[in-house]
Amino acid sequence: MAVAAPPRAQDRIGRLERIWEERPGLLGWLTTVDHKRIALLYFFATLVFFAAGGVEALLIRTQLAGPDQSVVSPGTYDELMTMHGVTMIFLFIIPITVGAFGNYLVPLMIGARDMAFPRLNALSFWLFLGSGIFMYTGLALGMAPNAGWFDYVPLALKPYDPGLNIDFYALGLIFNGISSTAAAINFIATIFKLRAPGMSLNRMPLFCFAMLAVSFALVFALPALTIDCVYLELQRKLGFHFFDVASGGDPLLWQHLFWIFGHPEVYIIVLPAFGIATSIIPTFARRRMVAFPLVAIAELLVAFIGFGVWAHHMFATGLATITLIFFAAASMMVVIPSTIQIYAWLMTVTTGRPQFRAPLMFIGGFILFFVIGGLSGIMFAAIPFNQATTDTYFVVAHFHFIIFGAAVFPLLGGMYYWFPKVTGRMYHERWAQASFWLTFLGTSLTFFPMHIVGLLGMTRRIYTYQAGLGWDAYNLSETVGAFILAAGLLIIFANLVVSAFRGAPAGPDPFYGGTLEWSIPSPPPEYNFAVIPKVSSPYPNWDRADREEDARRLEQGVLVLEQGHETPASTVLDGRLDEVLDMPSESPLPVALALCVALVFVALLTSHYAVAGIFGALAVLALGAWHWREPAEG
Amino acid sequence: MPISGRARSARASVRAASPERVSLTKRAKSGAFRSRSAGDAAEVTRRRTARLPLAAALLVVLLPLVAGCGGNQNVLDPQSKPERSISHLWWIMMTGAWIGFAVIVFLLFLGWWRRNRPGLPGGGGDRAAVGIVVGFGVAVPIVVLTLLFVYSDIFVLKSTAAPSARSTKLTIEVVGRQWFWEVRYPGTNAVTANEIHIPVGTRINLVGTTDDVIHSFWVPELNRKIDLIPGRTNRILLEADRPGRYRGQCAEFCGLQHAHMSVLVVAQPPAQFRAWLANMAKPAAPPSPSGRRGAQVFLAECAGCHEIRGTKARGEVGPDLTHLATRETLAALTIPNRPNDLADWLRDPQHVKPGSQMPALGLSDAEIRALVAYLESLK
Repeated sequence: MAVAAPPRAQDRIGRLERIWEERPGLLGWLTTVDHKRIALLYFFATLVFFAAGGVEALLIRTQLAGPDQSVVSPGTYDELMTMHGVTMIFLFIIPITVGAFGNYLVPLMIGARDMAFPRLNALSFWLFLGSGIFMYTGLALGMAPNAGWFDYVPLALKPYDPGLNIDFYALGLIFNGISSTAAAINFIATIFKLRAPGMSLNRMPLFCFAMLAVSFALVFALPALTIDCVYLELQRKLGFHFFDVASGGDPLLWQHLFWIFGHPEVYIIVLPAFGIATSIIPTFARRRMVAFPLVAIAELLVAFIGFGVWAHHMFATGLATITLIFFAAASMMVVIPSTIQIYAWLMTVTTGRPQFRAPLMFIGGFILFFVIGGLSGIMFAAIPFNQATTDTYFVVAHFHFIIFGAAVFPLLGGMYYWFPKVTGRMYHERWAQASFWLTFLGTSLTFFPMHIVGLLGMTRRIYTYQAGLGWDAYNLSETVGAFILAAGLLIIFANLVVSAFRGAPAGPDPFYGGTLEWSIPSPPPEYNFAVIPKVSSPYPNWDRADREEDARRLEQGVLVLEQGHETPASTVLDGRLDEVLDMPSESPLPVALALCVALVFVALLTSHYAVAGIFGALAVLALGAWHWREPAEG
Repeated sequence: MPISGRARSARASVRAASPERVSLTKRAKSGAFRSRSAGDAAEVTRRRTARLPLAAALLVVLLPLVAGCGGNQNVLDPQSKPERSISHLWWIMMTGAWIGFAVIVFLLFLGWWRRNRPGLPGGGGDRAAVGIVVGFGVAVPIVVLTLLFVYSDIFVLKSTAAPSARSTKLTIEVVGRQWFWEVRYPGTNAVTANEIHIPVGTRINLVGTTDDVIHSFWVPELNRKIDLIPGRTNRILLEADRPGRYRGQCAEFCGLQHAHMSVLVVAQPPAQFRAWLANMAKPAAPPSPSGRRGAQVFLAECAGCHEIRGTKARGEVGPDLTHLATRETLAALTIPNRPNDLADWLRDPQHVKPGSQMPALGLSDAEIRALVAYLESLK
């Protein structure tokens, strides 16, 4: 689009470039408020945590490769399995889907120049990074959380776990929750208010619907976890009695609050993946999504019903029968929105002209894995079967098909899909397809036998098992699969790294995608859109006339907004132009504030409450400076 | 070793004529405790095949491994009425799941087959496509899920529910502790650990509590599981159709030795059970001359944590050892109960079961020999 622009358009673009340019170098990365650079920060940070969680998984699988092994000690095993869960959920999946993919793509897909609150966005990242480093400090000191990611009391209470291990967990998750909450609110505001004029809600890309659903789910689910962790810390540090039976407390309180967060969390994890699938499928099937409105509603509905099913994680705790039946019924209802989406994806593929390039292959794998994980998920709504197989490897199989198969596979496909957009270069297609088959094989081999070994009675979270129970061969297969999977993942990242330097130039739109991110150059300029794009359908980049209209607008200076950091805001439902917003520029305050908050948590961890107060006050000061109105720019 | 369902059935029926009973000690070397006769397993397989031919066919074709090489903790090798209903539920759900999966694979394959072909006329067949989405994505699941709900969450649930107190003939109390199971028979003085003897074919009211953290009591071939939670009392129906040993394991993560917290249910003919219980309720016999030295060592070194009824040893930290010699295993099925293994355990419990509450006591070899002689005399 920027190609061979006539002189006047070129002037405007030059002015936009000067306005939106950020500081170069390392300092620029520390102070950036550009959603794309923040997304890249998220991306690289989450990949580091992914690697850590992956190494933990490989150690776990090595320990379990055969019976009665002692590769790691029981204590180390408990730390590894806890950190694997905590890392993959809180430090990888959520931050990479919301922080990296959501951050990069939502503004581009809705035709905005940034997120609604760019500095809050930067703060979210620095808080996330701080919480991750915080929890991994525990591991480095040999005091990593060790009561499982679900951290049930009383095992997680002082009498049974006197070290700092659980304090790293509880404070780390409170810390992490601040970051996620800030990010979620930012997405809600961005999606509701920053859509390009003309993008009424029914024309919004399904990826953004998914991110909207995720954000609402995060805002309502996280407080339950945060409160739970606050109770836990009050009991551990100050001797409160929330979970103490002798003083009228109840250990089940922890479980209820944890799963009130924990089940919506599952949908928080998979919804962005659904969003990625609904982005990739229309592009490679060369047609619009079948049943678009149904899919949008299903995405919102799954996040909503997901709040009413938490007790199916607790069916063996001895809840009243009527409670069991209520939650079982709700757990069955939550299946329907997912089946709608599965058939919508499949019908889009079959009625289109699908091109099975690497991204679509990953989506194919995703659909198969999601169906397997979904079918075994339905089984957990059958109460007696749930009560028989809960806390066995059958559950481990089920949720890895969901979390790895259904959430990570679309992510991997999405990495290939948007790689040309982010870097301006193409990935290597044949290696990409090879990496698909390898990860597909590895995933199947790792997680499918877990169903069987679970039915054979293998319980979860055991650091070893005895020979002769019929589990050995399956466990060995799982370990072999895990290493194949790791090899496949390494090939993916090698492909991306090499292609970033040596890939063929991609051009703005190598796949003929339908959403707005494909209408701008690759990589996108700082200001994203030289002119605020015209939108009249959910697939605006397929509306040629509208894109030509953009070029005319740029020429005439309509909606170029070249007077400062400006982006238009529109009305929530109809997407009519509402006002022009003045966006903040780069700032060191988010990283400074995050540092203060991190030090508050370090002080709390070490029980220096006065020090915590001092850093808390500093954080408030930083917030004050943050809200100081900056001088107008020209 | 994975073998197909049919082959297994045939092989098993050959053996059924002379049911093998493998003694515990023979197999114990590998650490496993399995004992049920192959004939029983064949009978179960035959019955299942008769009732659910489709499931069995699918089993042979698609999942030959599940029932093929069960240890003693196999959900799909039910040995009681409630577990049979759970196992039926599974076969029905698995059949449905494979059918659902096949539909998805078919549609995906259809897409693959149509790759790179020109579009349908008008780019679409949109109405048909939306029709399929609504039909398969909404209508069919509603019908299937409703049926499953009624079947599993009303009918099967009833058969696995906690029993009413009047419908059972015996109550057994199980207390989960880090990391062993304390077993009590209310109305008698019998206390034991990690080994629950029950009369065969009798409905038993098992009452589960915990002394420390949350545990979960689960004997896969007899019933579902129940969590043992501080401040709560959960109950479950325990029954076994035929004599045998049924292995179970703690299912809720309970700390360092969660992996070594197993339990053995021994179902016996009622007369044998009554004899066993009567013996269990008795205090320990006075030590024989060869056990006297060991009894002294026990009182000096072990009595702070362990109880031996009829002696001055009254400790409550570890399991009651009054009739230790009658048990098949030590340390919650971690090692078999043989003199050499017992000696190893006494020498360094932390080597056998790292993190166990039992410390290495620094006993001399002579003391260990004496202790073993005494403990192995506690019949």
